[in-house]
Amino acid sequence: MNEDTNGRKILSLVLLILGLVLLAAALWMDITKTYLVVDIGTKVALRGLFLVLGALLILAGLYFIPTVMHHRTIINIIFLFPLLFTFAVTVIVPMFVGVFYSFTDWNGVSYTRMVGFQNYAAMFKEAAFIWSLLITCLFVIINMLLVNLVAFLLALLCTTKLKGVGFFRAAYFLPNLIGGIVLGYIWQFIFSNVLTKILNSPHSALASTGTAFIAIIVVYVWQYAGYIMLIYINGLATVPKDVLEAAQIDGANDMTTLFKIKIPMIAATFTICTFLTLTSAFKQFDVNLALTNGVGTVRNFMGQRLSNGTQMIALNIYNTAFARDQYGYAQAKAILFFIILACVSLIQVRISNKREVEM
Amino acid sequence: MKMKTSRVVILMIVAILLALYILFPFFLVLINSFKTQASIVQDPISLAGASLKQFLSNVDAVVHNKNFVFWHAFGSSALVTIISLFLLAVFGGMAAWVICRNKAKWSTVIYMVFISSMIIPFQVVMLPLIATFREVGKFVGLGMNGTLPGLIFAYCGFGGAMTVFILTGFIKGIPYELEEAAAIDGCSPEGTFFRIIFPLLKPTIVTVTILNGMWIWNDYLLPSILLGQSNPNKTLPVAVQAFVGSFVKSWDMILTAALLAMAPMIIIFLIAQKQIMNGMVEGAIK
Repeated sequence: MNEDTNGRKILSLVLLILGLVLLAAALWMDITKTYLVVDIGTKVALRGLFLVLGALLILAGLYFIPTVMHHRTIINIIFLFPLLFTFAVTVIVPMFVGVFYSFTDWNGVSYTRMVGFQNYAAMFKEAAFIWSLLITCLFVIINMLLVNLVAFLLALLCTTKLKGVGFFRAAYFLPNLIGGIVLGYIWQFIFSNVLTKILNSPHSALASTGTAFIAIIVVYVWQYAGYIMLIYINGLATVPKDVLEAAQIDGANDMTTLFKIKIPMIAATFTICTFLTLTSAFKQFDVNLALTNGVGTVRNFMGQRLSNGTQMIALNIYNTAFARDQYGYAQAKAILFFIILACVSLIQVRISNKREVEM
Repeated sequence: MKMKTSRVVILMIVAILLALYILFPFFLVLINSFKTQASIVQDPISLAGASLKQFLSNVDAVVHNKNFVFWHAFGSSALVTIISLFLLAVFGGMAAWVICRNKAKWSTVIYMVFISSMIIPFQVVMLPLIATFREVGKFVGLGMNGTLPGLIFAYCGFGGAMTVFILTGFIKGIPYELEEAAAIDGCSPEGTFFRIIFPLLKPTIVTVTILNGMWIWNDYLLPSILLGQSNPNKTLPVAVQAFVGSFVKSWDMILTAALLAMAPMIIIFLIAQKQIMNGMVEGAIK
């Protein structure tokens, strides 16, 4: 037992020292700009290799420290480290850096000066952005209603005792499996080649702004309703059988059962589905990009002629950064987008919770 | 409760019509990838002009296209998805367990940060993420932008919150006595986790893996900005976008590419239909 502890002590010391030496070496190379490159399958900077190895060795060294008292704490640190580290680098740091950049004239690489609220002020004067904001809101509202309605009806259909219900569920859900980019192109084909043939019209629905906007909604409902349907089916399954039977004995017809029993009893499911449709519609990007790429003429909006008639806010942010190279400005738009999204979701959850309690 | 026959018939017809409508786009993709551009434009709905030979030649053209490089893109997508899912399951389980089994203030704080981060839309961190990755990459000396390890790293970061959220909910339900018994029998904490808790997590890990898998496999925005359209290791959705950009309205090529891009997901769905549908629901209602 004692020998074992001694062995662990030595092992942990060796690992810790090795790790620290490697880290110090990496730091030294960083300061002195000694960028050695080694070839281990792919070319990797030696200093990067040292840093990663050093960190791993230190973690391993910590693990072997022969202490009963602090072992639990050490395990906690080792277990939390990987996820927290990746999370911090990909979400937390960019989040704060992003707020800072939104107040600068950042061009994606560097910034020259702070501009205060100039970015935020500018976007409310930009007609194209206001338009994007408005149609996104319109899109979200229409979608929320349509997706929930369609999904709920599909769920009712799929909870009857039809033959092959399993097949229908799978079929209705299928579009949700495919990424928005691929779906967008498939539907672009349908709108511009198939529908024009069926309706014998020379114009694609995607050619004019109004119909193109409807087209995005059609595709989105088609893609998303199957998923929301599954959640409604799950909710409907929780309505107790004996309650339904009791209602039937009391002479309630199907409609009354639906409105007086089923819908009130799955209020929580409605909350979840509204939340999901709301947030996902706000963030809609892939279908928008692949189906219309935001193109669409608006003759007169705020005294301007616009060419981004079907551009949702997510795509607007993307284009502001990558097509117009105004990173700081795009970042400010993104922050506003975040604030809107956060407020809307909070309000929605509030309202739903209140209603659920009342019911 | 028996329904009237007439009603059953009507409902059945409605269900079938809906299924036809919802599956129609898939049908169109399938038949038109067997045709030439000319016959697609002439008549996109019928089978006229469809032949197996044309299908093979379409597939051949798509697979060997230098913007698409189907097998390479498929490999990148598969690699990124599988490794990210594995890491998320292991790291997520580890983190969720630590958060769940420590009632200290710091664990609550970490948990709250994870939960509240779920509302952050990707667009907010998208631009600074590239900058952060560039700086971290420069400091560390390992490429983060434009490489698959960098992409996997990002997926671990973005998927972490939801993974921890769902797994924590499940671990709470595992009786603590189990761990105490293991400790009395001389099991170390890490042993307790890997031998006792992790195996119990299996059903929830399946749910998490399905949710994350659907998202990672289909994700376009993150790989498109981290890897770029012309990266040789681009994932499938990025490859489709790059490919379509190079073929203006060549529907024979585009639809065949769409078919190839959809195929893996549909095959997996046919095999694991129940698990996928259950997983999607469970992930949503938690």
